[in-house]
Amino acid sequence: MKQLLKYSVAAIALTGFSSTAQAEGKLSIYHWFEYIPQELLDKFAKEYDVEVTMDTYDSNEAMLAALKAGKMGSYDVAVPGDYMVEIMAGEGLLDTFEPGELSNFSNIQPQWLDVSFDPGRKSSIPYQWGSTSFSVNRDKFKGDINTTSILFDPPAELSGKINVLDTQGELLTMASIHMGIPQCSSDREQLKGLNKLVQDAKTHWASFGSDTAKDVLVSGDAHVGMIWSGFSAKARNEGANIEYAYPKEGYIVWMDNVVLLKDAPNRENALKFMNFLLEPENAAAVTNYAQYTAGVAGTEPFLDEAVKNSPESNPPSGPVGHFVQACPQDVQVLYDAIWTNLKK
Amino acid sequence: MSKITDMRRFPGFLQLTLLCLLVLYAPLMVVMVYSFNDSTSITLWGGFSLRWYEDVFFGLDAPKFKQAALNSLTIAVMAATCATIIAVSAAVAMMRARHLKGRTASFALINLPLMVPEIVTAVASLIFFSAIGFATGYATILVAHIVFCIPFAYLPIAARMQSIEDTYEQAAMDLYATPAQAFRLVLLPLMMPGIFSGFLLAFIISLDDFLITNFVKGAGIETLPTAIFGSVKQGIKPNIMAISTLLLLVSVGFVTLSYLASRMGQNREKKS
Amino acid sequence: MAGGIANASESAGIYKGRAGLLILPSWLVIGFFLLLPVGMMLIYSFLTKEFRGGVIWEFSLAAYDQFFFNRGLFGDEPPQIEWTYINIFWRSLWQAGLATLFCLIIGFPTAWFIATRVPRHRTVWLLLITIPYWVNLLIRTVSMKFLIRDTGPMNEFLIWLGAIGEPLQLVNTNIAVQLGLFYSYLPFMVLPIYASAERYNFALSEAAADLYAGRWTTLRLIILPAVKPGIIAGSILVFVPSLGAFLAPDLLGGAKTFMIGSLIEEQFKGNAGNWPFGAAASIILLSIVMTVLIFYARSQTRREAR
Repeated sequence: MKQLLKYSVAAIALTGFSSTAQAEGKLSIYHWFEYIPQELLDKFAKEYDVEVTMDTYDSNEAMLAALKAGKMGSYDVAVPGDYMVEIMAGEGLLDTFEPGELSNFSNIQPQWLDVSFDPGRKSSIPYQWGSTSFSVNRDKFKGDINTTSILFDPPAELSGKINVLDTQGELLTMASIHMGIPQCSSDREQLKGLNKLVQDAKTHWASFGSDTAKDVLVSGDAHVGMIWSGFSAKARNEGANIEYAYPKEGYIVWMDNVVLLKDAPNRENALKFMNFLLEPENAAAVTNYAQYTAGVAGTEPFLDEAVKNSPESNPPSGPVGHFVQACPQDVQVLYDAIWTNLKK
Repeated sequence: MSKITDMRRFPGFLQLTLLCLLVLYAPLMVVMVYSFNDSTSITLWGGFSLRWYEDVFFGLDAPKFKQAALNSLTIAVMAATCATIIAVSAAVAMMRARHLKGRTASFALINLPLMVPEIVTAVASLIFFSAIGFATGYATILVAHIVFCIPFAYLPIAARMQSIEDTYEQAAMDLYATPAQAFRLVLLPLMMPGIFSGFLLAFIISLDDFLITNFVKGAGIETLPTAIFGSVKQGIKPNIMAISTLLLLVSVGFVTLSYLASRMGQNREKKS
Repeated sequence: MAGGIANASESAGIYKGRAGLLILPSWLVIGFFLLLPVGMMLIYSFLTKEFRGGVIWEFSLAAYDQFFFNRGLFGDEPPQIEWTYINIFWRSLWQAGLATLFCLIIGFPTAWFIATRVPRHRTVWLLLITIPYWVNLLIRTVSMKFLIRDTGPMNEFLIWLGAIGEPLQLVNTNIAVQLGLFYSYLPFMVLPIYASAERYNFALSEAAADLYAGRWTTLRLIILPAVKPGIIAGSILVFVPSLGAFLAPDLLGGAKTFMIGSLIEEQFKGNAGNWPFGAAASIILLSIVMTVLIFYARSQTRREAR
């Protein structure tokens, strides 16, 4: 039996290893679902004579789990959100590069250069940024929508017609903004209040759904939907008469970033790819596709008119956007408990 | 004579079967209709169009989807076949040898893939594969699929076996058949409906798997579910509906073929 | 029993000495590629969690403690029994049980109907039942949602018929989840029952009829016991996957509450990143289901032995 096991391992290992050898001229990307146009990948492959393969994930946390479970070393670049860049750097999953290694490094817009989650941009470059707020069906509700009360203390006609994102970080951050308390607060009274707020608000919510955030607005199943800016723009383009809110209490901003992974099998090509994405024309191609905003200067001439002028990509000057913060362990546990409590 | 047919039929069973088919096929009608939708949304109708079929065959993603469909089908056929063979052999051992050592343990083991939550299998397999240096790719997907297909093949086969007394094989052996002959000529044909059911279940469960596949697949290899799940993030687009409709056509083709084959078999029997 | 360890024939000398060899492939494949990884998960459940996924190799009972004891939001109250997870388990078990029942009520007549067709039509019927499953479950579930929406075709049709005045609110209710589970797992009930029923000896029904037993009496006293192995196999195949299902609860039910599947998934893929807890919850689930199954199997074996 033992012998047999040994042989079978050997046999399996043989078949397995054949695919590990990474030849020159390859690039392996770990990316979000549907976040880069195929044309752009083809263009890169052609320009640099590199064979591009892409694997996809559906959340920052799922990516982290897969990398920690053993996928490190098989990808060159990944595209984590802001707080996740910080987490990955803290976990030692990121490689660093010198600005000089990217000739287009200077294309990064100054405000995205020295960011809190990667000061000085040592391991990451901006990919796209956008905001998280909510959209309201204007056929169903004519009142003022620029307040987070729409989500957490809605007028009677919207109660029971609300879809919220099924992600802990964004929902609880939005709730904190509504209450005006700091993120990652460990103050007991504040957390008890937060817990109560979401419990009470839940009675007004019809569903939790991230994948369905756009569809429920287009179909009219939900009259209010917590949603990402680009998704809202797409829902609007598909015919939903919705307006994206910029609540006076504040809203969430986020930025996705291309990071250089540690143990990247093709570090050279990874840097070429990052440099490629810093070309205004290429960054604009992603923006036109995803309908968010690039963190690269000079993309304007390449942008579609509709995308450039969309209300979702042009926040008014008043309300403030906040990045979701990565809480320390002892505090995160409390937020996990509130979340479990909410969905128990 | 008429009494027998009478006892076979129960009032309402036909209606329930038809209701069953209605529930199963109604959503597919939506899939088919919306594959011809001109708009990019699946919730709004924008007029008739064949553009999504064009997209499936000639669009930029066409090679990706073609490869994914091919991977899915080959993996499903191979995984279901392997799982069925393993399950048949296990079922014979379990049902024909009462004093098999560790029968309870074997029973638990065979059903284990069913009992472990999918995400746990996914994470554990990925950790395990990388620990033993088994590079993720086509082979890992296939292995993982074989494992979770086994109980789906085993349970119908074992259920069938239970109603087959071993007197048939005993009789064959009395007539000097070797055990292999007794199995092949007597037991196997009797097991066939169970085997067919088991294979079909294993096949559809493999074809549908997303979670485990998504974890154990390597970079750059896709199956249909992993390729399709991406589109969901942007709301399912009609091209996915078109692909699904095409898959349905393929499967309907199989059914028609099997029907024709059985008819031809029938006719030949009649002639001879 | 269906999957059976019961009902092995006493006198089967045919496979004597070969049985071990026949069972070996299952042990090799599942033993190596699943039992070992799951064993590793068992170990993980007793380790210390690493923040944001992963484990630290230090023994800890924290995961089980979290499952069974509630120490308040801030962890400093005296421990009480934690009902949160028990409730989630109970809710999932209940829901899976209900789905199994529905599948059985519809699936048995369907299987019986197919088994009583002429042989060459049976295959076609079976394929007809499985064709829809060539289309991905996600797409089928989304399409189902489209059908039963407040303003969807089903409601419009019923209103047009005059059967209802107001649209039925089905989406985001438990009825929709049940419909989704039924839809997801129906063939897993039909096919095993078919495999059993196809072997049914109609002389038995005839004999019953000769003894003036009615149709339904025959069904209850003779047919159902005869196809019991198929019913049990089918019930296992519907019940267990329903326990961990998350597409139907999420898409059709609105994901307002955790089910076992989404709870465990959250521990590995969500913010919590609490692998030991996810592992512990899985091990607890595994133990419950496995115990029931083995207990049942043993009681069957004993009955057969008598």
